[in-house]
Amino acid sequence: MTALARPVAALGASEFRIALRNRWVTITVAMMALFALVLSAAGSAPTGDVGVDALSVTVASLTSLGVYLVPLMALLMSFDAVAGEIERGTLSLTLTYPVSRSTILLGKFAAHLAVLSIAVGAGYGLAAVAALVVDPEATAGLPALWRLFWSSLLLGAVFLAIGYALSAVARRPGAAAGLAIGVWLALVVLYDLGLLAAVVADGGGAFTTHALPWLLLANPADAFRLYNLAASEATSAAAGLGGAAQTIPVLHALISILLWPLAAFALAVVALRRVTP
Amino acid sequence: MNSLTLSQVTKTYDGVTALDAVAFTVAPGERVALLGHNGAGKSTLMKIILGLIPATSGQVTVLGAAPGSQTARDGTAYLPENVAFHPALTGLEQIRLYLRLRGDDPARAMDLLDRVGLGQAARRRIGTYSKGMRQRVGLAQALIGNPRLLVLDEPTSGLDPVSRRDFYTILDGLAAEGAAILLSSHALTEVEARTDRIVILSQGRLMANDTLAALRRRAALPIRLHIAARPGAADEVAAQLAGGRRNGVMVDLTCGHDDKLARLGDIAALKGLIEDVEIIPPSLEDLYSHFSRRDGQ
Ligand SMILES: Nc1ncnc2c1ncn2[C@@H]1O[C@H](COP(=O)(O)OP(=O)(O)O)[C@@H](O)[C@H]1O
Ligand SMILES: [Mg+2]
Repeated sequence: MTALARPVAALGASEFRIALRNRWVTITVAMMALFALVLSAAGSAPTGDVGVDALSVTVASLTSLGVYLVPLMALLMSFDAVAGEIERGTLSLTLTYPVSRSTILLGKFAAHLAVLSIAVGAGYGLAAVAALVVDPEATAGLPALWRLFWSSLLLGAVFLAIGYALSAVARRPGAAAGLAIGVWLALVVLYDLGLLAAVVADGGGAFTTHALPWLLLANPADAFRLYNLAASEATSAAAGLGGAAQTIPVLHALISILLWPLAAFALAVVALRRVTP
Repeated sequence: MNSLTLSQVTKTYDGVTALDAVAFTVAPGERVALLGHNGAGKSTLMKIILGLIPATSGQVTVLGAAPGSQTARDGTAYLPENVAFHPALTGLEQIRLYLRLRGDDPARAMDLLDRVGLGQAARRRIGTYSKGMRQRVGLAQALIGNPRLLVLDEPTSGLDPVSRRDFYTILDGLAAEGAAILLSSHALTEVEARTDRIVILSQGRLMANDTLAALRRRAALPIRLHIAARPGAADEVAAQLAGGRRNGVMVDLTCGHDDKLARLGDIAALKGLIEDVEIIPPSLEDLYSHFSRRDGQ
């Protein structure tokens, strides 16, 4: 293995164990699986829609679920990553090993992303199996489900990196947890409510036509939702801000969800570099 | 060549001086104890040596290289103060990780844990360990890769007396193989027999840097003589020797280092009245207060 891959693999394996033994991670994985099953049960009920298979309907519901749960799961794993190590004194110890700060973050990132892919994969996989059991036509929805899977990982990657940055800035696990909850509320819940209120106040004016699409793209959670909904036309009815979704090209949403993880990870590295152990 | 050389190392935090022109060296095979009150600057000095924080001014050379450089990191082991490893990992998993980070064979983990007496508990989660056991995990990781310099921040705090003795036995072995050891401590008596040299820091300033014997000579603190008199003879012994009487049988004297033999001669002259004599040299605590207060007066 190369000089970089070896410590990343070592740190990653260790963090992976820690995450698997984390009670909160277990709870969110179970929640993910449970919700996925409930949604697919609801999705496989006869809808009356012609030409829409059970899985495509489920994917639309899973998108709405993922936009809340995936960032939450990511933040739960990441908020303690730096602050916990500062508090325990292990960060200064690890930094005296021949390991760089970005290597430390990469190790954690790889491990947390792996846990996330297991959780999301299990949840979405269950939903797919349930849909295929009731509706043989459901294979038509598999591409949409696959797209939902990898875009969920990108969304998770963004919030993992945001969690590391918050953790490094806060320095104490309690403060980091508070910040993480705040960021989750702000980006996943309040942001959309704010936009909705602005759209209503604007009444179809310049804000709605010019600013809104960019503001939606600027938020990774919205970009994720837009990408999945816009990419599968059958389900656009489920969009909260559905009207705007039509006006934004899929490519823009894709670029946003691809760039966000890189930007957030760079931010996390900068934040960790500023930590004095 | 010295393993560690510090010259005029100064560190200020927002105008507060944590270290003030500290200079000393540690040679290969030497065990140096860094003593000082809380806040004296011991941990700060160690973090500078490790390259974790920069010095405000001054020069530090670690194994011939700059602090935090590849050479310095490869050859230096550190045990931070009050380190707490992740409670969800087992001792074995934790040490395997540190072995991998040094590019060493993870299969050595069990040997290292055996060496610090954790073989039995290796497969248990660190969350179930006592403070002393966690400290041993820290020591085990410090032994990885035959370090040429060990920087140990209060390594024996929380250890029971037997564990402390084991701990120093391991350090003795490392020093015998040529490793330089810098350790900070509060427990003065344990440092006494187990280190070659003592550095005393007080409010960031180096107050002393010498062997224990030399510090004793320089401080010239009074030696105490405890004399046990025969029953009923305590008053007479006290009068003859111009000493203070502590109780019915004991008479206490103090004398300078150079007067010691003369005073013992005086005591020997009264041998019919005397049961026993005990010579008590200045304790390390006395020395420590002498050197760490000298400046404040
Ligand atoms: N990060 C910091 N910011 C400001 N002051 C600090 C910081 N770290 C240590 N100090 C101060 O530097 C002095 C030395 O602290 P320290 O090295 O921890 O002492 P010791 O380890 O001997 O107990 C203390 O006065 C402490 O308050
Ligand atoms: Mg300290």
